[in-house]
Amino acid sequence: MRLIKLVPADTNFDFTGKRLAAFSLSVAMIILSLLFFTVRGLNFGIDFQGGIMIDVKFEQAPDIPSLRTQLDGLDLGEVEIQEFGEPENILIRVQRQKGDEKAQLAAITAVKEVLGDGPDYRRTEFVGPKVGSELIAAGTWAVCLSLLAIMIYIWFRFEWQFGIGAVVALMHDVATTIGLFAILQLEFNLSTIAAILTIAGYSINDTVVVYDRVRENLRKYRKMPLPDLLNKSINQTLARTTMTSVTTLLALLALYFFGGEVIHDFVFAMIWGVFVGTYSSIFVAAPLLIKLNLRRDFGEGPAAPAGEETPA
Amino acid sequence: MLYFAKWKIILIAVICTMGVAFALPNFLDRQTADGLPDWLPHQQINLGLDLQGGSHLLLEVDVDSVTVERLEALVDSVRSALRKEKIGYRGLGAARESLSFTLTDPQESDAVRTLVRDLEPGLVIEQEEGAFKVSYTPQTLREMETATMSQSIEIVRRRIDETGTREPTIQRQGADRILIQLPGVKDPEHVKALLGRTAKLTLHLLDKKTPAMIKDNKAPVGAMIVPSGDPSSIEPFFVVRKRVMISGDRLDNAQATYDSNTGRWIVNFKFDSVGSRKFGKITSENVSKRLVIILDGMVVSAPVIREPILGGSGQISGSFTADSANDLALLLRAGALPAPLTILEERSVGPSLGADSIAAGKIACIIGFIAVIVFMILGYGLFGVMADVALIINLAIIFGALSLLQATLTLPGIAGIVLTVGMAVDANVLIFEHIREEVMGGRTPINAIEAGYKRALTTIIDANVTTLIAALFLFEFGTGPIKGFAVTLSIGIATSMFTAIMVTRLMVVTWLRRRRPQILPV
Repeated sequence: MRLIKLVPADTNFDFTGKRLAAFSLSVAMIILSLLFFTVRGLNFGIDFQGGIMIDVKFEQAPDIPSLRTQLDGLDLGEVEIQEFGEPENILIRVQRQKGDEKAQLAAITAVKEVLGDGPDYRRTEFVGPKVGSELIAAGTWAVCLSLLAIMIYIWFRFEWQFGIGAVVALMHDVATTIGLFAILQLEFNLSTIAAILTIAGYSINDTVVVYDRVRENLRKYRKMPLPDLLNKSINQTLARTTMTSVTTLLALLALYFFGGEVIHDFVFAMIWGVFVGTYSSIFVAAPLLIKLNLRRDFGEGPAAPAGEETPA
Repeated sequence: MLYFAKWKIILIAVICTMGVAFALPNFLDRQTADGLPDWLPHQQINLGLDLQGGSHLLLEVDVDSVTVERLEALVDSVRSALRKEKIGYRGLGAARESLSFTLTDPQESDAVRTLVRDLEPGLVIEQEEGAFKVSYTPQTLREMETATMSQSIEIVRRRIDETGTREPTIQRQGADRILIQLPGVKDPEHVKALLGRTAKLTLHLLDKKTPAMIKDNKAPVGAMIVPSGDPSSIEPFFVVRKRVMISGDRLDNAQATYDSNTGRWIVNFKFDSVGSRKFGKITSENVSKRLVIILDGMVVSAPVIREPILGGSGQISGSFTADSANDLALLLRAGALPAPLTILEERSVGPSLGADSIAAGKIACIIGFIAVIVFMILGYGLFGVMADVALIINLAIIFGALSLLQATLTLPGIAGIVLTVGMAVDANVLIFEHIREEVMGGRTPINAIEAGYKRALTTIIDANVTTLIAALFLFEFGTGPIKGFAVTLSIGIATSMFTAIMVTRLMVVTWLRRRRPQILPV
């Protein structure tokens, strides 16, 4: 049987030679992300903003404009109505009500009275202002602390340059993912945080594989200039990188098309993450080692133990 | 790398068999699984509320209100103690955390200190030249908080049990919160309405003054103005004696009944033996006066006592519907909450969405699984087949571990499994690519495999530990469904490392021994 090889056995792409272009692209993506993040902001879901979300399915597609008029009549502030997956299924989002939690509950009751007992209430979610701000704090902590923990682990296992390179690559992925959500105005909620952390996990996985090969090659080819060595390492791991990305993408695409509307955005973020995570390992994490002045005596025998500082 | 000790082979076989054994009950329906003999694994994976439908509610108990109540009661006892001893004072009142007053004659400070100390244990008394500040010790406050919380949880549990929800989870979370999970609950609005009420029932006597005699909304000493619970009542306000004659905690039973004479719904209640005696005494001493029934700060009814009621039962008639009468009876049976509850968060999923999500998850799982399996065979041939077998075992162990740990499977959790399917092969891909490289470097099959595994091992461990770090933080900080995602992802990482390093290697080594191939099919 002839086996499919996505990438020829010995490729020799000049990845590090394109590092200037790659850095420019990354910087541009990050600036764009920051720009949209500050100007347009994120489309926070009720998890973080507080508010009400009701996912309701009717027997027949409802008349959304008339529903909107009825709900606007309740004077609940901003009410968003959108089709969710199919015409019979709609998603109603009501902004956070003024006042305490009781006001929110009253708003749910009011909306349900308008919709009546007939339709199928598939989801009713309400997050009060108090919990919303706690969830933001918890989410931010989760992302920051896991980045820190990953950096410490890599630092401990490799050299400090690798730790910083890995985390910069991770922050690149996190920033552009957040940017993507700001640009497309996708709902940013708790599962987005989960997606971001998974992307971080996937991306670091990828970076570690490349770094591991760099470490191995540093011991093997003592005389090779760093850019060439990095190139060699990336090329050597390219087959694995594409293979794993493809299997992961296959699984994610199955989820995206068949996993249901509820996790659509969540899966979308992860699909993006596979691309950006793979990109950043090759074009951000590895070339950064050059910029960070990775020392050549790294990994040599007992004569020059790793971790000994010499001025560059 | 190529040698397996016997015990290791046995261990690997045992783990795989156990994984499959613990996973199998999930393919049976619930009854068949429960009917399995005890020595066989029969636990099924817990489905999260987002998959089976149900409500998740986060409540906050207003613990401070209990402290304030206690302080106000303390103000009353201080006042009567000082009056009894004929000690002059001014400015007696309660603030948020303490009460204060000043003696007219600072000489009496020591006597008053003893007096106050004897009123209640656990007080901190500060005094300076006749100015007193009394508060509770931190320990007493903590005890009050704990008591309030456990009592609240108990009442919440009783109320929920009364609604007939099966297997509710009710647990304390943090200092002042209660987390409730109600699988399969159909009407979350009703549950919320029941939890939103304190259901504090007190019986009072009417004051001599009528509302007409009240000016500026100022209640006479020892009385209070209470609004009527019925907005259409001809008496919108009542002037009621503050003293509680008897309260709802003495109730033994309450039932809603339809009164066919009046055509209205009423709630019959019955006091316990102590309460009955007390109720008998009150009604005997106050015949022809009006008894005011106050529920959560509103008058529900104010009947005239026609004759002494010695049996301990009475009725509340108001403008009830069948539902509201039944709810009131339920609340009275379950008892009053010690402090008001606020619902901070609700996440309810209807049963139809849950079923749809399971179906969608299954399809996505199967399609993703098949795609990966086919792709691995196309990419690595025989080795791909071995990786696929490991993948199947991996899935079985994940399901087995989830059943054994009784972890909760959520929709993001299913996503975690599908993602694991995609990522699980990574370890094998790493190994196979290393082997390929070694083969191209001119090594013999045995050496190539040996070196491939050796070199891939550190990478696999580093790569997976870092992913695991992210998953653990997700578990620590996530709630509900997200936690479920972190659980399946973590288990998946652990099992995929096991299957890649142990199971496929065992298969590769066994194949190598039997066939002794000259060329590796990679």
